[in-house]
Amino acid sequence: MAEELTPISNDDVVWMEEPEMGFWESTFLPAIFSGLKNSLRHVTDFKPVTQQYPEEKPDLPLNYRGVHRLNRDDKGRVKCVACMMCSTACPARCIDIVAEEVPKDDPLWADRDKRPKTFVIDELKCIYCGMCEEACPVDSIELTHIYDLTGFTRQDMKFNKEKLLEVFDQTKDNPRDPIRTHRGVLGPASDFTSLPPVGPATQIPQGDKASKPVSTDVIKQG
Amino acid sequence: MSWEFFLVTLITIGVAFGGLMGTIAYLILVERRLAAFIQDRYGPNRVGWAGLLQPIADGAKFLLKEDVIPGYVNKTLYILGPSIAVFTAMAGFAIIPFGPVDQAPSWMRFVIAPDVNIGMIYIFCVGSLGVYGVILGGWASNNKYSSLGSMRASAQVVSYEIPLGMSIIGVVLMTSSLSLNDILMHQANQGVLGWNVWTQPLALLIFFVSALAETNRLPFDLSECEQELVGGFHTEYSSMKFALYFLGEYAHIITVCFLTAILFFGGWQFPLIAEADSAYLGATLVKVVVLLTKVLMIILLIMFIRWTIPRFRFDQLMNLAWLGLIPMAAMNILVVMTAKQFDWPIWTLPLGSLAIFVAAGLIGTSGKFIVSDQTVDFSESPEGYVHVHS
Repeated sequence: MAEELTPISNDDVVWMEEPEMGFWESTFLPAIFSGLKNSLRHVTDFKPVTQQYPEEKPDLPLNYRGVHRLNRDDKGRVKCVACMMCSTACPARCIDIVAEEVPKDDPLWADRDKRPKTFVIDELKCIYCGMCEEACPVDSIELTHIYDLTGFTRQDMKFNKEKLLEVFDQTKDNPRDPIRTHRGVLGPASDFTSLPPVGPATQIPQGDKASKPVSTDVIKQG
Repeated sequence: MSWEFFLVTLITIGVAFGGLMGTIAYLILVERRLAAFIQDRYGPNRVGWAGLLQPIADGAKFLLKEDVIPGYVNKTLYILGPSIAVFTAMAGFAIIPFGPVDQAPSWMRFVIAPDVNIGMIYIFCVGSLGVYGVILGGWASNNKYSSLGSMRASAQVVSYEIPLGMSIIGVVLMTSSLSLNDILMHQANQGVLGWNVWTQPLALLIFFVSALAETNRLPFDLSECEQELVGGFHTEYSSMKFALYFLGEYAHIITVCFLTAILFFGGWQFPLIAEADSAYLGATLVKVVVLLTKVLMIILLIMFIRWTIPRFRFDQLMNLAWLGLIPMAAMNILVVMTAKQFDWPIWTLPLGSLAIFVAAGLIGTSGKFIVSDQTVDFSESPEGYVHVHS
């Protein structure tokens, strides 16, 4: 019983002794002076790492998720087919779409059945997770690299269809925001050919309760 | 008391007070810029050229911010706290000579309260009163983080007032005077080799370390503890009342730096350009500049120390004060008294300081400095608990 409760065997315990302080160490002064020298070196050899934000724009990673845009297709129409997939996938429920049927007699829309009448994203509610991007079957909604969005009112931050298309016009020529038109291909997550192996974060010792398979009467056992 | 004396006093107070306030405002900018440089940042550089108008912007912000007084505090004591902090710091500055007092022009005598014979005692009295502001503020805030901060401050003062006072006894014994001007003149008359830093280096070390603790500067600003804990005594303070605390603290730092320069670095005396008998045109002004330069150097050193040495833990601070500084200061007094009694030559004093320092280092090396002869026995604990025998 007593053996079982010992967490690790005594032979496996390595006792570390704090090293004895030497003469100079116990007087503190050399360490203080070398520290002061180090501080002074940063002042004399000044290499700032600060980014001066409004003047210097930061170089964001390519998978940065910023403000949304609604893509246009080659005829300049909104690409969205109002399938509601993005608003369904959205965990923050910030996308509000009202669909309408396309006018039958308009030759421009002859190849479509539906289009969004209104398309509103509340940028304040959005958590920029990119799920709408993944869900969109026609690659219409995409996240751009615009990160510095501001507004004076909450209403300003509700982006409607026109504003989202405007964002597209602003960003389509930016090489950092390429238009991903791979219709019929799954989203960016499908580009992974292999996933990293997932293992336990720590080694579980033999005989530990956690290493045993969960049984139905786990409460009775414990 | 003639009206001229009164007028000169008013002018001196105005100049000293205004100069002190402006200096504090700009020293805070210097500190922020220096801190930024040490940490490879830029610091405030937007307001005005190179951020030179930043102190004015800060001041305006402090004045315009909402002045919150929480509903559950003792209002009188809560407001009294920062007032005491500022008042004591300013009162302490009153006897600091910021120039050559004996050659002062009639309209400005380089010290607000001249000829205070008990100068050192007065400064320590008033300076240690400053912690009442901290204690009062922390206690009146009716908040456990604040009161813990003020507890730390009071315990720190109990530890550090003693070596601070003891360290200057040697200097006072050498000069046979408690007046700052006498101590300064004693060094100035002997030239650069008469500076107390040469005769009593250990006293300087103890004084400087204790002064850092006295002014709540890092590495001893346990009463503030902004990073590790919620905050210190100032958790409930905002806007101008918060600023007053730090105004007082900075004034205290300047006072202490003046003290260090005057007690140990010969005040306004400097070889060739500012000797005691130099009488060229503008010599007075040069002496003021020399003294202020020395003070600025010490302030910069304090700022460097802030970003060099990490904050002491509470028991480390107590250990350093009670087991390190106080015995060393006591030994130093003994050495100075002996040397003075038997008329030993002056060069025995630095040797004595060195001997005490080496002895302290050797005691530290032998491991008896910090009491730790605890042994850990794991064998007789079948349950896996650790028994500690001391």
